Amino acid sequence: MRRGPLLVTFLSGAAIVALFFIPHHRAQEVNSKLLEWTLVVYAFALILGSISLWESHARKVRARADGWGYSIVTLTALAVITALGVWKGVAEDSPVGTIYNTVNAPLASTMFSLLAFVIASAAFRAFRARSVEATLLLVTAIVMMIGRVSIGELISHRLPGVTEWLLDVPNLAAKRAIAIGVGLGAVSTALKIILGIEQSYLGRS
Amino acid sequence: MGWIQRLLAIDRRIIFLLVFLGVAIPLLVPVNLPVTPTPRVRAAYEAIDALPAGSTVLLSMDYEPDIMAELLPMSVAVIRHCFRKHVHVIAMTLYPAGTGLGERALTTAAQAEGAVRNRDYAWLGYKSGFQVVMIGIGENLRGMYPVDFYGTPLDSIPVTRHVNRYSDLQMTINLSGSSAADYWIQFAQGRFHSPLVLGCTAVMATDYYPYLSSGQVLGLIGGMKGAAEYERLVGIFGDARRGMDAQSLVHVIVVALVLIGNGALFASKRWGQGPGPR
Repeated sequence: MRRGPLLVTFLSGAAIVALFFIPHHRAQEVNSKLLEWTLVVYAFALILGSISLWESHARKVRARADGWGYSIVTLTALAVITALGVWKGVAEDSPVGTIYNTVNAPLASTMFSLLAFVIASAAFRAFRARSVEATLLLVTAIVMMIGRVSIGELISHRLPGVTEWLLDVPNLAAKRAIAIGVGLGAVSTALKIILGIEQSYLGRS
Repeated sequence: MGWIQRLLAIDRRIIFLLVFLGVAIPLLVPVNLPVTPTPRVRAAYEAIDALPAGSTVLLSMDYEPDIMAELLPMSVAVIRHCFRKHVHVIAMTLYPAGTGLGERALTTAAQAEGAVRNRDYAWLGYKSGFQVVMIGIGENLRGMYPVDFYGTPLDSIPVTRHVNRYSDLQMTINLSGSSAADYWIQFAQGRFHSPLVLGCTAVMATDYYPYLSSGQVLGLIGGMKGAAEYERLVGIFGDARRGMDAQSLVHVIVVALVLIGNGALFASKRWGQGPGPR
C-alpha cells in the first residue's frame, strides 16, 4: 500500500522522460495517449476543486463562522453562474458573458489597480537611502521609473538608452544565473520525486 | 512638530489623491506623449510583419481580468496587425476567466479591421492543463480542441481546416501574465521548433530577456509600454497609448514622493529633528 503511489510516480515519471527522447511513432502514440489521460485528470481536478469549494463554504455557513455572509455570496455565484453557463452558454452575448464583462472584469481590474495606491504610499515611507546598497537601489529605481515611460524621453533622449543598458547588461547577467539555477533545481527536484526520495506530495515529511 | 516631521508623517490619503489625479487627468485629457519603439518590440513587430499573406498563427491569450489593462490592448494591437497582413489567427486561452477577454480582443480587432470569424480567425476558447495542451497541439490539435468555442468542428472552419499541429502554423504568439510563457518556450519553441513571439506584463518582461538574446523568442512586448510601442508601429492610437500618459504621470508622482521623503529624512537628520516615522 505504502509503495503503490511511489511505484506509480516512478513508472509515470520514467516513462514520460523516456518518451520525450524516443521519436519512434509507437512511442509517440503512447505519449499522446498519456497526454489524453492527463487532460482527464485535469478535468477531474476542476470538478474536485469545485466540490471542495462548495463544501468548504457550506461548512462555514452551517457553523455561522466569521464571514459566513461572504460564503453565501460565493456559493450563490458558483451555483448561478454554473447554471446559467449550462443553460445559456458562455459566449460574449450570453448572460454569463454579460456578468463576466460587467462584474468580474471590472472587479478583478480594480483589485489589481489598488496596488498603484499602496505602492505609492509604501515607496514614500519605506524607500529611503539609509545605506550604500539602499542608495544604489534607489537611484536605479528612479532611473528605471522615469526612463521606461514616455516622459523620460522628454527629459533626456539618453535616458531610455541608460535603462536599456541596465536591462540588457546587469539585469540579463543576473537573470541568466537565476535561470540556470532554477533549471538545475527543477531537474534535481523532479529526480528526487521520481526516485521516491522526496515524498512530501504524499503528505509525508 | 516641525514642518519636516509633518512632511514625513503626511496622511496617506493625500498620496492616494495624488495618484488618483495622476491616473484620471491624463485619461480624461490625453497628452499623447511620445512613444519610441524599443528593439525588442520592433523585433516582435517585424517577425509578424514578415509573415506572408495567408499564413496562420496560433495566438494564446493566457491572462485574466486582473492584468487586462496591460495585455488586452496588446492583444488587440497584435491581432489587428495580423488582420492587416491577411494573416489568419487561431486564438485560444489557458485560463478559464480568459475566455471573455480573448473573445473581446478578437471581436474588437475584427470590427476595426473588417475581419470575419472562421474566415480570418477562429476562437478555440479555454482548455485546462498548460503543458498538456501545448504538447498536445504538437501532436494533434483536434485531440485538444475537437470543436471551437462555439461548438463548430475544426474541420468545418476554413481557418483551422488544414491545421493540426505546430508545423502547419507559421508562428506561435503567446500573450501571457503568468508562467505559461515559460512552458510555451519549452514546448512550442523548444520541442516543436515553432517560431515564438511573446507578450507579457511589465514585471515579467525581464525574465524573458535571456530567451530573446538566445534566439528562442523572436520578439518581446513588455507591459503597457510595449503595447503602446506596438500600437505606434501598427499605426493605431489605442488604450495602451492612452494609458501610457497616465502611467508616465504616476511614475513622476512616485519618484517625486520618494525624493521628497528622502530629502525630508536628510534634513531631519541634519537639523536634529529625528528620523521621523517610517
